[in-house]
Amino acid sequence: MMAELGLAALWLAAALAGLQLVAGALALTTRGASLGAIVRPVAFVQGLLALLAFLCLIWVFAQTDLSVKLVALNSHSLKPLIFKIAGAWGNHEGSMLLWVTVMGLAGGFVALVERRLPEPTMLATLAGQAFVSLGFYAFLLMASNPFERLNPVPVEGNGLNPLLQDLGLAFHPPTLYLGYVGLSIAFSFAIGALVTRQVGPEFARAMRPWVLGAWIFLTLGITAGSYWAYYELGWGGWWFWDPVENASLMPWLAATALLHSAGVLAARDALRAWTVMLGVVAFSMSMIGTFLVRSGILTSVHAFAVDPQRGSFILALLAINIGGALTLFALRAATVTEGQRFAVVSREGALVVNNVMLTAILGIVLFGTLYPLFAEAMGAKVSVGPPYFNPMGALFAVPMLVVMAVGPVLRWRRDTLERNGKALALPAMVAVVGIGALVLIGGVPLLPLLGLSLGVALIPASVLPLRDRDLRRTPLPIWGMVLAHLGVGVALIGMGSESAFSVEKLVAVHKGETTHVGPWSVTLADIEPVAGPNWTALEGVLQVSRGKADPVILRPQSRNFWAPPQQTAESALLTRWNGQLYAVLGGEAPGAIAGGPGDGRWQLRLWWKPFVPLIWLGGVLIALGGVLALLGRVAADLRRIILRDKIAYRRERQGR
Amino acid sequence: MTPPQDSPQVGRWAIWLPLALFVGFAALAAFMLRHPADNTVDSKLVGQPVPQFDLPPALPGRPGLDSRVLGNGKVHLVNIFASWCVPCGVEAPQLQALARAGVPIEGISVRDTTEALNQFLDRNGDPYQRIGADDDGKVQLALGSSGVPETFVVDGEGIIRYQHIGEIRPEQLDMILAKVREAQQ
Repeated sequence: MMAELGLAALWLAAALAGLQLVAGALALTTRGASLGAIVRPVAFVQGLLALLAFLCLIWVFAQTDLSVKLVALNSHSLKPLIFKIAGAWGNHEGSMLLWVTVMGLAGGFVALVERRLPEPTMLATLAGQAFVSLGFYAFLLMASNPFERLNPVPVEGNGLNPLLQDLGLAFHPPTLYLGYVGLSIAFSFAIGALVTRQVGPEFARAMRPWVLGAWIFLTLGITAGSYWAYYELGWGGWWFWDPVENASLMPWLAATALLHSAGVLAARDALRAWTVMLGVVAFSMSMIGTFLVRSGILTSVHAFAVDPQRGSFILALLAINIGGALTLFALRAATVTEGQRFAVVSREGALVVNNVMLTAILGIVLFGTLYPLFAEAMGAKVSVGPPYFNPMGALFAVPMLVVMAVGPVLRWRRDTLERNGKALALPAMVAVVGIGALVLIGGVPLLPLLGLSLGVALIPASVLPLRDRDLRRTPLPIWGMVLAHLGVGVALIGMGSESAFSVEKLVAVHKGETTHVGPWSVTLADIEPVAGPNWTALEGVLQVSRGKADPVILRPQSRNFWAPPQQTAESALLTRWNGQLYAVLGGEAPGAIAGGPGDGRWQLRLWWKPFVPLIWLGGVLIALGGVLALLGRVAADLRRIILRDKIAYRRERQGR
Repeated sequence: MTPPQDSPQVGRWAIWLPLALFVGFAALAAFMLRHPADNTVDSKLVGQPVPQFDLPPALPGRPGLDSRVLGNGKVHLVNIFASWCVPCGVEAPQLQALARAGVPIEGISVRDTTEALNQFLDRNGDPYQRIGADDDGKVQLALGSSGVPETFVVDGEGIIRYQHIGEIRPEQLDMILAKVREAQQ
């Protein structure tokens, strides 16, 4: 019953999206102008219906209603409730439904509150939003119906991929989706602005909170995803340049560029065409990333259910949405009048460097992700990894980070480096001392060396914009920028330290034997079998201690899931202020290496990673900076709305 | 300075560049969708004869496992297990059921001791006709098995017909029996 209700709500939402598109488009003509009034309410109700459909899906998953095909394929009655619910979006159909739900709700919210832009631009924006949604509704209803029933009803479900049975991962995809979909609002604003040729500061200000919100979620999603890969995969790395990771990084790069260029457009009315293009590109990257991941044309550790027919459907959708938007951009951009001019050394100049560099890195990541496809089309099999991405990315990231240290202290329009020389001397000295110290230590490769010294230099540089300011009167968005830039410095130090100073050890030890990694001594006290609700595991009991301190117990596991059968390594982490100890239990050591049968040695993989948590701490700081900026913008908008109402009220009274 | 994308001297072609790049991408993606890469990994040993081996008895009073036994005209299940393997205990009832159904089950115990093995069989039941002791794991590797438990269906001519990775769950019993029947024909 719930499944049918959900399906009905989905169909109705799709029909309303169609109405929203037609009414919004007709309202732009003189004859259809009267239709304009229904566009906003329709957008709002469409969002609510999509939400209803999504709640129905969660309901059937929570109940483990095995007569619904999606539940039978992806859930299991033995799973803990939280993972049953997370299972609703841990699969292709459910995640697509989540996508349209968030998109519908966001569109409804825009329709409800956004009153700054000229009404025709808003109608075009909402029509654009409906157009994109309609494609996804069609995809759901025709090619991936989440509510399809099964007959006969199976006795038990297939289970959820055990790697996905993890609390962090249950909330990782929704976070990224909020980011992707927030960018769809920016995309729609760009379409609306192009259709009505209203590209100005107002457009940037209306779009900015959405970009900011999307960017916060993307930042958090990427940070969480990176940490998840780090502790769950048990490989000890935190970024693998896997296509799925790249698929989330590319929209983030575009959104970061868009955020900065929208700031220029809002404050200085410059970079008009460029900002509109980034608005289109940022969401396009989200869709391209989703397509690459879902169509199965790229090989990745994240294997989603792969279906070529679905791939063709999404590709057609991409061609219509992105192709259409870029065509509109090309046709209209020439008629978008040029914005204000500015000098090379100025805040705008620094932000242009930021934009160009971010776009270049985006291009590098995109090329590296697609290159295996090119090669395969030519008949060769290659995989592109860190040896390409790291140096090529750094080529543009390093100058960008240098400019990032300088840019925020520059004035708008025109400035000189001499004026800021004194302030910038400190960060420059810190960087030089850092490089010198690392060269003296020796053995630090170039990229970690650059990362570490730029990271420490960015910390004083990032707080420079606060000098000569009354801290209590400093607007929140400035605090946000400072915090986010500080976060970049902190994350850089973590990355540099991790790759320069990590110690790794692979050993086979008997029970009771002690081994050493970095400053730690590790004793394998025992191996115990343990059982969970849907897995069995061997658990190593490790006593670890540093110096004379009391030992701490770490319990890494080697888990066997049985539905579906799969083995995973549950790493155990010990976090200290100056780093993390990372332990993975392998199987029993093979006799061939151990030199005899049954000698009872166990494989342990140990890492000591100095300052590695700074990577994710930095990511969280960056996102927090975004939150501060967003709060500042929203508060300013609210104040402005209240003020406007007050003025209107006074006028009304005086009129009497 | 104005950014290059806003300045007229870059020319109008630059404005079409994003679209051109996207068209290139779409063409490549469309091509790849029509020619999907084959990434499935088949078990390499399915269809191959069992490698030659002769394992000593793991328990006194019960024969070890010689690969020549597997070509004696009957279908056998070869179960790779160990007393220290937790999922092996989980699949034991299923192996019992298969043994009751008349399927001869041969065991290969990997890196085990007589004592631990006896305890394991006392606790979980004993479906095995023969148990070979694979103390250095070499036969396990030769069979293309990377973990325990794994189960092979070997037909009367000693050809491997199916490789089951991981423990046999109750709902998989019918599937395994079907594989055995298939191998009998």
